Formats: sequence, structure tokens, C-alpha cells
Amino acid sequence: MNDISKQARRYVLIILIHLGVVIIWHLWVTMSNIPDYVMPSPGATLLSLGEEYGWLHNTYITAVEVFGGYFLAVIAGVGLALIFNWFKTMETMFMPLMVSLNMIPKVALGPLFIVWLSYGVGPNILISFSICFLPILLTMERGLRESDPDLLDLVRTLRASRWQIFTKIQLPGSLPYLFSGMKVAVVLAVAGAIVGEFIASQEGLGYLMLQVQVTLDTAAMFMAVLIITAIGVVLYGLVLLLEYLFIGQAPKEI
Amino acid sequence: MSESFIHLSDVRKIFKTRNEEFLAVSEVTFDVKAGELVSIVGPSGCGKTTILKILAGIHSYEGGTVRIGSEANPFDPSKDIGMVFQQPLLLKWRKVLQNVLLPAEILGLPRKESLDRAHYLLKMVGLQGFEDKYPHELSGGMQQRTAIARALIHDPKLILMDEPFGALDALTREKMNLELLRIWKESQKTILFVTHGIQEAVFLGSRVIVLTCGPARMADNIAIDLPYPRTLDMMTHEEFGKYARHLYKHLGMDADGSDIVEECRID
Ligand SMILES: Nc1ncnc2c1ncn2[C@@H]1O[C@H](COP(=O)(O)OP(=O)(O)O)[C@@H](O)[C@H]1O
Ligand SMILES: [Mg+2]
Repeated sequence: MNDISKQARRYVLIILIHLGVVIIWHLWVTMSNIPDYVMPSPGATLLSLGEEYGWLHNTYITAVEVFGGYFLAVIAGVGLALIFNWFKTMETMFMPLMVSLNMIPKVALGPLFIVWLSYGVGPNILISFSICFLPILLTMERGLRESDPDLLDLVRTLRASRWQIFTKIQLPGSLPYLFSGMKVAVVLAVAGAIVGEFIASQEGLGYLMLQVQVTLDTAAMFMAVLIITAIGVVLYGLVLLLEYLFIGQAPKEI
Repeated sequence: MSESFIHLSDVRKIFKTRNEEFLAVSEVTFDVKAGELVSIVGPSGCGKTTILKILAGIHSYEGGTVRIGSEANPFDPSKDIGMVFQQPLLLKWRKVLQNVLLPAEILGLPRKESLDRAHYLLKMVGLQGFEDKYPHELSGGMQQRTAIARALIHDPKLILMDEPFGALDALTREKMNLELLRIWKESQKTILFVTHGIQEAVFLGSRVIVLTCGPARMADNIAIDLPYPRTLDMMTHEEFGKYARHLYKHLGMDADGSDIVEECRID
């Protein structure tokens, strides 16, 4: 069997399993007498899109927070890792601090950000950023450090310049680490934005969830969760695409 | 007689770790002629790698003289060393051909010539047709062949090999030994071959340098007067056995003991 049809079968299987879960969900809800406000059916969840909840606007706001925070975190994480790699004293001084900062449960900073920045999209981007910045920094920093000492000796006998070692060995070697950090960070970025919206916000899907909770519109809450998940999936897909562009056929696992 | 290509005398190496000083190599003296394949054998931790790294200019040394090259045969330390380690150390995001080209890129050698030479070398090490494979698609032996081709790409005069076949299974290892002898003959390089296998040392070397433990000292430096090209059945010859037994005795072992020399004891 050739590779393409193998791949195709894999994707068909994935879709079937997802569909299966939806069908089981539907059967379970319709065949038991669980009330709608506890567990809406897939159909009811979908129908909630018809309500005047400003779905488009709220989705847009949450997406901006997630993508914004994530994008800033990638820029800052990769940038700082590169600075640390080139200026070792900076690394010695500040890396332990970064590891300590990583231990702070970032969602606990949410109320502080709101005190400092008032509420809105800005602070939510910041919460999303703060929660996924460190995993990206730490994995990238580790990846840059991970080159085999014997290999470095080998290229040093050839009088390789610092720049050559960086571009030919360290940087490409760090990419699998970076992408594994970036994948972890996707879920964190989404969680950060939603937590921000829970704490204080007047728009976004997290805000919407709190609104419809009051009226027990569980179907709309389900729908919000699905859209939030979809935002994460789209971001994850973009990361996979980037990974494919940068690493291609080479092994991705560390 | 021509001047030797490598000359070491009374080389000492001290590693400073925290407040301790550790004498790793002491009184190492030997000469290697251009085009020779010399084996260096000794227990693990006795300082074999350290000696190679001193020759490669990676480690400094505290006493004695190290000279590589002669008037007739000048040596440029940045261009004339090829190294092969126990691990292939290939870049896993580069295909075989691009891995072989790495030293040429670093040295800034002309692209076209390097490419031709890489193809030639891959053919020589038996990897024709594998240029576009990634390292993880190759067996351990094939990865090590790639590393050998990479060590030869910039046409260095000296090849330093540090237990290059130590991680391979016995069968592959014997095959690689034969391959190495062929490559050596074809490329006319000077090769220093570090191993802790006595059979391997005798089979490959025109000479075997024996090091003993703590700190590395020269125990012997014997010529192996077996003709080239060498074949595996020579290993059963009386002559071969005599050399091997001699080396086993030097390293304090019975001839019927294991082929692999034990580790240095830490006293
Ligand atoms: N960078 C280093 N710092 C301190 N000690 C070292 C270093 N490299 C090697 N040594 C010590 O020097 C001795 C010889 O090491 P090595 O040359 O690697 O031995 P071999 O290659 O024969 O196994 C060992 O005892 C080892 O622990
Ligand atoms: Mg060693």
C-alpha cells in the first residue's frame, strides 16, 4: 500500500472517531432524560448559534487575545533565548529567575493585570502572553544548549566561527525543541485569554459564557467551549504548518 | 628515512577540576610516519581520547612537545584534521549528502568541487544512492560510514578516529574494519585509530601503541609485521595470535580473557 492512501485512511479514521463521539453524545442525551440545561444535544448546541449573542464579535475578540498573546510570547521567548545564547553572562544572571517565574501560577496574576491595566483586550492579551511565554523561552533555550560537545569539538577543529556554529548547528538543532514548546503553549494561550475574560471583561467568549450561565443556556455555553477549542485547533494547525515548513521531512521528535 | 609526520614527546596533560588537579596523560612519546595507520589501545579512561584531542588542538597540554607536519609535508591544523567519534554525530535535519558537506561549508571550499568530492566519497564508503536519506533512515554502520566520508571531505592529511566502531555489533564492526583498510589504502591518509579492542588494534594497525592506566603512559609501541591487504582469516594465524597475546599481557590480562580491555581502576 502506498503512503498517500495510508495517510488518507488515517485521516478518514480520525474524522470517523470524532463523528462517533458526536453521535454517542446525541444518542446518550436523547435516550436518557437528562434535562437540556444540564446536557444539551449536539443539535441544540448548534442551534444556539441562532441566538443574539454576538457570536462573531465575541469569537473575534477571543481570537485576537489568543493569537496576540501567543504571537508576542513566541517573539519574546525566541528573542530572549537568542540573547541568552549569545550573551552567556545574561543567561547565568537571568535564567534562574526565569525558572522561578515559571513556577508562578500565571492565572493568579490576572487580577493584578486588571488593577494595572484596567480591563479589556489588552490585559487579556497580557495574561495569555505571560502564561505561554516561559515554556517557549525555556524549550528554545534548552534546544540551543543541547548541541553535542563532541560535535562542537569537531567543528572547532575546523575553526568554525561562532556564527557558523549558531546557524549550522545550534539554531537548526533547537527547532524541534522550540516547536514542542510552541505546541504546549497553544493550549496555555487559549486558557490564559479565557481566564482573563472570566475575571473581568465585557466581551469575548469567556465573558459570553458567564452571561449565559445566569440564564442557564447550557447549549450556548457548550457552543462557546467548542468555538474556544476551535480557536486553539486553528492555532495548533498553524504551528504544525510552520513546523512542516521549517523542519520538513527531518525527524520532529527530540 | 623521512621525518615523521606526527611527533609527540613527553606529553603531559593535567585536568583542573574545582580544587583538584588530575594528571590524565604523562610521558607519552611516539612518532607516526605520513601515510601510516597506527592503533592506540588501552583501557577505558586511560587518556586515549585526551591524546587525540591534544593532537586536534582541542585540549592544551602542560608539558612536552607536539608537532604535526614536516617540511616536506606541511600541516594546517584548521584544514588537515578529520575526526570520527564513537557516535556518528550527524546533523539529523540534514540529509546524508549535506552532512558530508558540513566541513567544506565551514571551511568555505568551492561548492562544485566539494559536491563532486562528496559524491565520490559516498561511493567510496559504499553509500551511493543514499545521498538523500536522513540519518535516522540509516543503520548504525551506514551512519558511521557517513561520518567517515564527512571526515574526508576537505581532504585532510590526518584522520583521528576515537573508537569509531565501538558502538557497532561485532559483525558490522569486522566489516567496517575491512572497509577502513580499503579506504585508507585508497585515500593514502595518516590515520590514528583509538580502540579498546586488542584484536581490532592488531588487525588494523601497522603499529600499535599501548597505553596503561592512571595517568596514561606508553607501555609499548610495537610494529605489526603482517602484510597488507589484511584479511579476516589472518586473525587465526599464529603470528596474529602472538601479537595479541603480547598486548593482553601488557594490559595485565590472560590471553583467554575478553577481547575488550577493562576500565581503569580509580584508586
Ligand atoms: N574535560 C575533562 N576534565 C576533567 N577530567 C577529564 C576530562 N576529560 C577527561 N578527563 C579524565 O581524564 C581521564 C582520561 O579520559 P579519556 O581521555 O576520555 O580516556 P579514554 O578515552 O582512554 O577512555 C579520565 O580519567 C577522565 O575522567
Ligand atoms: Mg575515549
